Amino acid sequence: MAKTIRIRAKASGGATTVKALITHPMETGLRKDKKTGDKIPAHYITEVKCEHAGKTVVNAQWGPAVSKNPYLSFAFTGAKSGDTVKLTWVDNKGKSESADAKIK
Amino acid sequence: MKRRSFLKGTLAGSAVAVAAGAGLLSPRSVLAAWPESAFNAKSVQDAMSSLFGTADNKASGNIKIKAPDIAENGAVVPVTVNTSIAGASAIAIIAEKNGQPLAANFELASNAKGTVSTRIKMGKTMDVIAVVKAGGALHTARKNVKVTIGGCGG
Repeated sequence: MAKTIRIRAKASGGATTVKALITHPMETGLRKDKKTGDKIPAHYITEVKCEHAGKTVVNAQWGPAVSKNPYLSFAFTGAKSGDTVKLTWVDNKGKSESADAKIK
Repeated sequence: MKRRSFLKGTLAGSAVAVAAGAGLLSPRSVLAAWPESAFNAKSVQDAMSSLFGTADNKASGNIKIKAPDIAENGAVVPVTVNTSIAGASAIAIIAEKNGQPLAANFELASNAKGTVSTRIKMGKTMDVIAVVKAGGALHTARKNVKVTIGGCGG
């Protein structure tokens, strides 16, 4: 499967900023197919977890109101450049994927 | 008459107990569980109480919401929440008038900074509410965003 996560982490001024873009439809389950009138089933990311050195830094719970192809960014302290951060997402269909990035 | 009011009293009492129970059992400690009831809640109050166990909150000047004043496309509204409140353990982003107001909740470890940003969908012009949990108390801030094209539904 194609990679769905693009993640970048940068250390500056004692804090590490992580930015990530995930490719995901984020269907709310309320939208209708224009041709058939059927509802498009809900399909969205429910959880995003980011780890550094085996510890969870940010654990996000999302609802369907997060935009399609979601973007998130956050910052944390205690990491240095060269460390790895790992991002994992899980969606409401139980699918999950993770990616990691070296902190610049 | 007495019996009726007695019934009412017990019903109300049990509802409160259920709410409190839900609060205690809410998955703050269990990271794997997704707070379904909070995301399904139809009002801001319900979402807050099922997510954090309480809806008591006070407005704080130490929370900054960065979002556009006018969002042309409600499907993609960039929102950044920045707080200087010490010991923030969670930041929730709520779109007040969405059918399901709670958009996202970020649980922060002690070394995470009080800054998160993401993009959310908004059905119409409304306030974006940021809720910051710090030391068991909830702090909120809101910002009005005008939406010219709604982002929910097709």
